[in-house]
Amino acid sequence: MCLAIPGKVISLQPSSDKTNIPGKVSFGGILREVNFCFLPEAGIGDYVLVHVGVALSKVDEKEAMETLNYLQEMGELDELDSEQEKL
Amino acid sequence: MKYLSEYRDANLVDALLRKIKRTVTRQWNIMEVCGGQTHGLVRHGILEMLPEKVQMIHGPGCPVCVTPVSLIDKAVELCLHQNVILCSYGDMLRVPGTEMSLQQARAKGGDVKILYSPLEAVEIARKNPRREVVFFAVGFETTAPANALSVVRAKQLQLSNYSILSAHVLVPPAMEAIMNDEETQVSGFLAAGHVCTVMGLREYEPLVEKWKVPVVVTGFEPVDLLEGILMVVTQLEKGEYRLENQYKRVVNSDGNRSAVGLIGQVFEYRERDWRGIGEIPSSGLFVKDEFRDFDAMAKYQLTVRPDQTDTECLSGDVMKGKIKPPECPHFGETCTPEHPLGAPMVSSEGACAAYYQYSMKS
Ligand code: SF4
Repeated sequence: MCLAIPGKVISLQPSSDKTNIPGKVSFGGILREVNFCFLPEAGIGDYVLVHVGVALSKVDEKEAMETLNYLQEMGELDELDSEQEKL
Repeated sequence: MKYLSEYRDANLVDALLRKIKRTVTRQWNIMEVCGGQTHGLVRHGILEMLPEKVQMIHGPGCPVCVTPVSLIDKAVELCLHQNVILCSYGDMLRVPGTEMSLQQARAKGGDVKILYSPLEAVEIARKNPRREVVFFAVGFETTAPANALSVVRAKQLQLSNYSILSAHVLVPPAMEAIMNDEETQVSGFLAAGHVCTVMGLREYEPLVEKWKVPVVVTGFEPVDLLEGILMVVTQLEKGEYRLENQYKRVVNSDGNRSAVGLIGQVFEYRERDWRGIGEIPSSGLFVKDEFRDFDAMAKYQLTVRPDQTDTECLSGDVMKGKIKPPECPHFGETCTPEHPLGAPMVSSEGACAAYYQYSMKS
C-alpha cells in the first residue's frame, strides 16, 4: 500500500484552492489525475513520487545520477580488486 | 522507465552482492520494516543471493495486516446495516473479519467500493448527498496526508455525509516495540523509504541512539535494497550505528513539511492495538475532536476492543520477525491466497503472500 512509483508530470492546472492543485502524471504512458497540493513547486517534465492520488516528492535528478555513478565506480573498483586477488 | 530500470541493472546488482560478501565477516540480522520491501526482496530473488551471514527479518510493515479484526467487523457492519457506502483500498477486501471479510459482505449486498484514492471517496459523497460515505483509512505515514486531505476537503465542501474510519499506524513506535522485545534478534534496520518521503529522517534519531542500532532509509528496487543492506552491514562490521539515507533521490531529511502539517491538523497520536502484536503507545492516528463530524468512530459511536487472538494464524510471530512465513504450519496448506486464514496471506504487502506468490513458483 505504501508503494509509490515515479511518474512524469504532463500537465498542471493553476489553482487558487490550496487543497486542490490538479495535474496529470504519466506512469510509463498511463495517465493519472494527481493532486499537487503538497508539492506546489513541481513543474511539467519533473519526475514525482505519487501515492494514492497525491504527489509527495520530486525525484532529485542530481542525487539519482550521483548514486548511480558512485555505484558504477564501486563495482568497477571491486572488480579490479578481485582480479588483483586472483593474481 | 526512467528511475526504475537503472535500479534493476543486473551489473550493479552483481557488484553490490560481491561487495556485501566481501564486507561481512559475522552473522547479522537485518529487518526491513516495510512490506513493500519484503515483496521486493522475495520477488527479485535477493534473499537467495545474499550470503548466509546476512539474514533478512521481515517486519510489521503491512498496515492491512495489523488492522484489528474489530475494525474490519465495524466496516462490515457499516456497509451491511447502516446504508453506508464503504470505500476502501483493494488490499483490505479479502482480509478475514470475525464473521466475514468485506468481500463477503459485498456478496451479501453491502455497498463496498474499491478506490485508488480517498479523494475519490469525497467525490462519491458529493455526488450522493443522500448516502453516507465512509472511507476505511488504512495505512502508514505515507498514506496519511491523502487521508487527512480528504477530511479537509470534505469540510471545505461542507459535506455532512463523509467520514473516515481511521486505522492509521505509525512506523517508529513499532520499531521501538521490536527493539523492546527481549527476544529480538534485529541488529540493523532498513527503514521504509516512502514513509520517510513524508516524515523525513529525524524521527529515527532517538531510536538509533537509544538502541545503538544502524538505521538506513532505503528504496524499493533491487539496487536500492542491496545498497541499503551494504550500508547497514558496513556500519555493523565497523561497530558503528548511524542514521543514513540510501534513498536520497526521493527522501530529503525534512520530509514533506506541508503534508506533515496537514496530518497534524487532522490527526492526533494515541495508543493503538496492532493485530497479532498488541498495543503500542502513540502508534496510531486518530481524528481530532475538531473534525469529529468526519470521524466514523464518533459518528457511529464505534469503539475498538483489543483482539481476542484465538485464531490459528501466526501473523504476530511473522510480523515481529520471529518466524518466516513457511515456518507457519498453515502456510500453503490450510492458508492460501484463495482461502486465507490471516491478513498477511492476502495483503499486497503481507509477508505470507510474498512467499506464496514468488517462492511457490520456483
Ligand atoms: S501463513 Fe496464513 S495462517 Fe500462517 S501466519 Fe501467514 S496468514 Fe497467518
